[in-house]
Amino acid sequence: MNDASLMSIFLDALLINNFVLAVFLGICPFIGVSGKIATAWRMGVSVVFVAFVSSVLAFATNALLIYCHAEYLRIICFIAIIASTVQLVEMFIKKTSPALFRALGIYLPLITTNCAVLGVALFQTSREYTFAQSVVFALGAGLGFALAITLMASIRERLDLSDVPDVAKGTALVLVLAGILSMAFMGFAGMGGEG
Amino acid sequence: MEAFAAGLWKQNPVFVQALGMCPTLAVTNSVRNAIAMGIATLFVLVCSNTLISLVRKLVPRQVRIATYILIIATFVTIVEYLIKAVSIPIYKALGPFIALIVVNCIILGRAEAFASKNTVGKSVLDGVGTGLGFCMALLCLGSVREILGAGSFLGIPLFGAGFQPWVLFLLPPGGFFTLAGWLLAFSALEQRRKGQRERNEIASASAAAEVRA
Repeated sequence: MNDASLMSIFLDALLINNFVLAVFLGICPFIGVSGKIATAWRMGVSVVFVAFVSSVLAFATNALLIYCHAEYLRIICFIAIIASTVQLVEMFIKKTSPALFRALGIYLPLITTNCAVLGVALFQTSREYTFAQSVVFALGAGLGFALAITLMASIRERLDLSDVPDVAKGTALVLVLAGILSMAFMGFAGMGGEG
Repeated sequence: MEAFAAGLWKQNPVFVQALGMCPTLAVTNSVRNAIAMGIATLFVLVCSNTLISLVRKLVPRQVRIATYILIIATFVTIVEYLIKAVSIPIYKALGPFIALIVVNCIILGRAEAFASKNTVGKSVLDGVGTGLGFCMALLCLGSVREILGAGSFLGIPLFGAGFQPWVLFLLPPGGFFTLAGWLLAFSALEQRRKGQRERNEIASASAAAEVRA
């Protein structure tokens, strides 16, 4: 059992221990899909969605596994949950809002291998969050990812117009930017949190 | 042999293909963690490559990705329990990143791109090569970060007592900056080599022209 308040869990996951910039989860899409603000933002929204649903399902599954004394199946179960959640979310969005489905396109299936989503499920288990805490944590982490990737995309859109040395083009430039952003986010550590 | 060497250098998973960035950045704040993570990944990569290559003719195409992920997850669970049995401090330091080997794109990438199409022997070699390439990249980052950030290597202090550690390199931004630095070095090297080749071509072309003249 963990007795941190809901608000502090939310702020901790969103800013202080931002999933991308402080815990290093979900770096691949952060580097790969941050070229344009529009796509980056959509990717962020779909991660929030999937993280939320899979966090709820992972919480239930974990309780079941503990009841059956089968904790060693945890990793396999979590990855299966995430893969099926992504599939479900895809079908659900396709039925309810074809416009949003077209907008998200290829990004939905890619979320299966986004370690931020699996990270949410693993962290909420190892920190022994209650159900409400897990849900808030998943929302905070997802929104933190969306915030980071949108920030990065807006910086990169501006940098497209400026003159960057040839050597630094591509991944290296993104990493330098990420380092600077990460330094800026360290400022939030003064707000407290669980470290 | 070719498969082995490609993973180590020409197709280095981190520096050239930019795969598996999350563990690369997260666990390289000390050399010891970097080595532990590298070996764990190497083990999973070799085992999953072997098994996937063995069953490659039995698995229907439609469900192959799901099968690969299940195989990888099984080996990751084994590794997690192994590390817990060998050393509790390392288990605590790596934390959830052991379990996150499942979603390391290097492993799924090799399964799909190599092990599903090649014989067992070749797949094992490919796994060892790519895994060692990953280890090497982790070691590159880990040693820079530990030397600059803590003034030590594998916990042994390198400098005198007057050394002021550059703590930033142990913190998250340091990870980004170190990897960026290595990538810059690599692309500068690549560019110089390309420039050299072009100059050589121009020289030989003008030499040929002179001969003709």
